[in-house]
Amino acid sequence: MKQIGARTAAPADRYKAGVLKYADMGYWDAKYQPKETDVLALFRITPQDGVDPAEAAAAVAGESSTATWTVVWTDRLTACDRYRAKAYKVEPVPGARGQYFAYIAYDLDLFEPGSIANLSASIIGNVFGFKPLKALRLEDMRFPVAYVKTFAGPPTGIVVERERLDKFGRPLLGATVKPKLGLSSKNYGRVVYEALQGGLDFTKDDENINSQPFMHWRDRFLYCMEAVNRAQAATGEVKGHYLNVTAATMEDMYERADFAKELGSVIVMIDLVIGYTAIQSMSRWARKNDVILHLHRAGHGTYTRQKTHGVSFRVIAKWMRLAGVDHLHAGTVVGKLEGDPNTVQGYYNVLRETRNEVDLQRGIFFEQDWAGLNSVMPVASGGIHAGQMHQLLHYLGEDSVLQFGGGTIGHPMGIAAGATANRVALEAMVLARNEGRDIWNEGPDILTKAARHCTPLQAALDTWRDVTFDYTSTDTPDFVPTPTAA
Amino acid sequence: MRVTQGTFSFLPDLTDAQITSQIEYCLKNGWALSVEYTDDPHPRNTYWDMFGMPMFDLKDAAGILREVNACRETFPNHYVKVNAFDATRGTESLRLSFIVGRPEKEPGFGLTRQEAAGRQVHYTTRSYATDRPAGERY
Repeated sequence: MKQIGARTAAPADRYKAGVLKYADMGYWDAKYQPKETDVLALFRITPQDGVDPAEAAAAVAGESSTATWTVVWTDRLTACDRYRAKAYKVEPVPGARGQYFAYIAYDLDLFEPGSIANLSASIIGNVFGFKPLKALRLEDMRFPVAYVKTFAGPPTGIVVERERLDKFGRPLLGATVKPKLGLSSKNYGRVVYEALQGGLDFTKDDENINSQPFMHWRDRFLYCMEAVNRAQAATGEVKGHYLNVTAATMEDMYERADFAKELGSVIVMIDLVIGYTAIQSMSRWARKNDVILHLHRAGHGTYTRQKTHGVSFRVIAKWMRLAGVDHLHAGTVVGKLEGDPNTVQGYYNVLRETRNEVDLQRGIFFEQDWAGLNSVMPVASGGIHAGQMHQLLHYLGEDSVLQFGGGTIGHPMGIAAGATANRVALEAMVLARNEGRDIWNEGPDILTKAARHCTPLQAALDTWRDVTFDYTSTDTPDFVPTPTAA
Repeated sequence: MRVTQGTFSFLPDLTDAQITSQIEYCLKNGWALSVEYTDDPHPRNTYWDMFGMPMFDLKDAAGILREVNACRETFPNHYVKVNAFDATRGTESLRLSFIVGRPEKEPGFGLTRQEAAGRQVHYTTRSYATDRPAGERY
């Protein structure tokens, strides 16, 4: 394989009109030492039969930076060696024939400061449809501190969120109002009130609750805030409801968010489908108005779940920490949605740690210094219940929001009882963990004992104790045997 | 009603042995314990009165429990909580905060509604106890 520079050293040949291999155009350099200021990306590539993996990696580097399919003389009007991304390492994926990990370095000047839209338009722009590859997946990225510092990051962060809510030492508890669609505002607010006064910290709009014929957004906001304030007075605790301000235009979203703020809501919510630019705009709004920003990852499963093609959720998590959200749904391990334990812990670490070390077992391929950027509160939501409390605390740790939608609202004694059951189960488990008990093994016993002073918890355990979603995960680490949650 | 602020308010009141276990857990993590009390439990009353300084240098659970009990004895009809502060970079905040003492009777809070334009309501959460001056509330 030719080294970068060798070909360009003879510009008369390099820039002759015609087609060259990407590697020969300077997008492959096995000797390249990534600079501290480079943006690094790791792709999983599946070349078409007969395509050399290094050439495929060079093609990805080329198509995600300066290249087109043919030689253009106008390269010579630029410092083109600098602007070319360099594929510098290709290695076979363990246990996956025909798949390779391709490491690519990008010069910092290829990207607009503080813009996820610009970053993603480069890294996942055209290249995913490129014909010489059967499939392509963006597995991980490393952002230099110099680039991280161009983003404001989460407007609130875990620490300040906890201080504002005055809630420490345990995961927060939430629930999504169900049924997802169809409730009138008044009935919807009833669910919010019952769940919050029963013991939850937050309730939540679902991703597709916006402003439909059965419930206008303004009406929902008014009833929900009545419920939040009533619950605060009933318990003496700060409570919140994620008011989903997702809408068709930024103007609509700002209008809804402003109204939520005016009503005194501590938090608003947006969906991933609004797009990266809209998310960054809402982040600015949240920072300006001191409101916590919750992001639901609606739509991500279409491109994050399959291992061979798409974008890993750990990359989305990194982008969203840069873009600046305070909450992000990141998996439950034990619930109804996709989530291998190690892979999910990798996402949680990306969101919470001040610095990520390389951790192949959890799918973290690069060191990442977050340079003082706030941490994001991961949210576990989807098919979880009180009987799994020890597993949730074990896998996810205490800086998380555990959301029991069905596991609160479907309680046989009612919504408030469902909320109480979850809160008692959680506090009992945290108390036991702090006392040094082995909650992984003693968890069921701890719950049974806690239920002696809490009838609602007993009823929750009787109803759901044996419910599990034990399916093999799709998105698993490549470097270890892959345990799946029981 | 029962004010449910703090990490363990949904459990039966903690015994001294249970409080000691939590203190030991905090000390093991290198956190500094402190004791605070108030007779104004409004959910947004951030600044409870400090029962002395945070005990940055006291690493003895029994000694800390003595402080907790001294506070509870001095203010038997106040809310008393134990805080654990973590000075590690990235946190520099509380890691645990739980109530260990509360008035015998907790009258709770009323919600005052001021009707405004466009069906809006301006809410005020008011502790019934704070109608009286500090020190005479419970």
